[in-house]
Amino acid sequence: MNLTLKIWRQKDSQSKGQMVDYKVTDISEHMSFLEMMDVLNEQLVNAGEEPVAFDHDCREGICGMCSMYINGEAHGPDRGVTTCQLHMRMFKDGDTITIEPFRAAAFPVIKDLVVDRSSFERIQQAGGYISVNTSGNTQDANAIPISKHAADEAMDAATCIGCGACVATCKNSSAMLFVGAKVSQYALLPQGQVEAVDRVKNMVAQMDLEGFGNCTNTGACEVECPKGISLDNIARMNRELMKASLK
Amino acid sequence: MSGFFKSSIGRKVAMALSAFFLMFFLLQHFVINSLSVFSAELFNEVSHFMGTNWLIQFVLQPVLIFGVVFHFVMGFVLELKNKSARKISYAKNNGAANSSWMSRNMIWSGLAILAFIVLHFIDFWFPEINTKFIKGDWSGVHEGVEGYRYFHELQGKFVSPIRVAAYALAFVFLALHLFHGFTSAFQSMGATAGRKKTLQNIGKAYSIIIPVGFIIIAVFHHLNHH
Repeated sequence: MNLTLKIWRQKDSQSKGQMVDYKVTDISEHMSFLEMMDVLNEQLVNAGEEPVAFDHDCREGICGMCSMYINGEAHGPDRGVTTCQLHMRMFKDGDTITIEPFRAAAFPVIKDLVVDRSSFERIQQAGGYISVNTSGNTQDANAIPISKHAADEAMDAATCIGCGACVATCKNSSAMLFVGAKVSQYALLPQGQVEAVDRVKNMVAQMDLEGFGNCTNTGACEVECPKGISLDNIARMNRELMKASLK
Repeated sequence: MSGFFKSSIGRKVAMALSAFFLMFFLLQHFVINSLSVFSAELFNEVSHFMGTNWLIQFVLQPVLIFGVVFHFVMGFVLELKNKSARKISYAKNNGAANSSWMSRNMIWSGLAILAFIVLHFIDFWFPEINTKFIKGDWSGVHEGVEGYRYFHELQGKFVSPIRVAAYALAFVFLALHLFHGFTSAFQSMGATAGRKKTLQNIGKAYSIIIPVGFIIIAVFHHLNHH
């Protein structure tokens, strides 16, 4: 298939960017979206032009590196997939595809389609962990009985890959689905209880400090999340913060 | 706890609490207004009680005004903060692919409701305040009107078809606002787990029945005024 691509080009974090049109031809419908971008970049390199910078790593939907806002949706028009899992069969011959970086004040553009998502790392560092006292008599985690329901819910929350699609798609650039998932995966397990109060307080405080917006419960994040993280995690985080604030 | 209400989640919770209060107020307002369809006498009696009871006038009325002002001011503050969280807009954004129009446009439906409240204050509230607090007339009667004046005044307001149309339009916006707002308030309170579907259904019923009910009352009095 032959396509017209409208891609955001930005030299560096200080430069002003703009949308630039490109044509790509003979694209197979079996290609992934990133493979199509590779074809474009090969074309640009051969023509002596600067290739389009974009984030990618595992290319199998688990690392959370690829991003891109494709035709007005985070990770494009397919559901439950990252950009690397999006296939060109989702588009038609002759289509014009708009490709932009994830937009949020807390995700500044580094170059072209690459954004700095280290604000997520700082939120994690504020409390998204369990301190384990390795004094020599540490109990095996599997020795603690956990109900199947709690384990499943915690695992569902833990599947968040921190790609930032929730922030990119939210009209308020809110990070509450990400933070809600990270708070929930520990809040549901006994191992997470010891630091529960500090965890939710510190993670929410860091989230606010990073400049993310407020959640208005549109539910867009849940729909666009490649891992199907549920809004229930935001509700759980709200409850956790209310409980923590009363202590 | 003061730190809680300074956080983004605390502000959501404060919005939800004021929304619960306003939704309860709306429900009791609807119940009292609907009495006017069935019995002018009963509507007059209840209106006189509401309009002259000191607890309602001097305690609940200021709380209501605070609740309305707080909900609007906080709504605008959060909207501005949320706008500043994305400095550059998308060239192409397909919001309809993942969220409802109502959820994305709460500020616009809210502004339409605010415009209606201004009209409503000019129509009903300012004359009431003038009669009771400035003229000092707490009798609830009017010269030339048999019994209490409330039913007579209500019917007088719905003679004009333009006013009825404006009133109906405002309640359409209220329905749109409630359609998202009802469940959203429960979600902000963290109270949706395991009962989301039930709350969504109750929310849909509330956001249709109450505004449509108010419109029916207005049309009824427009068609039956003497």
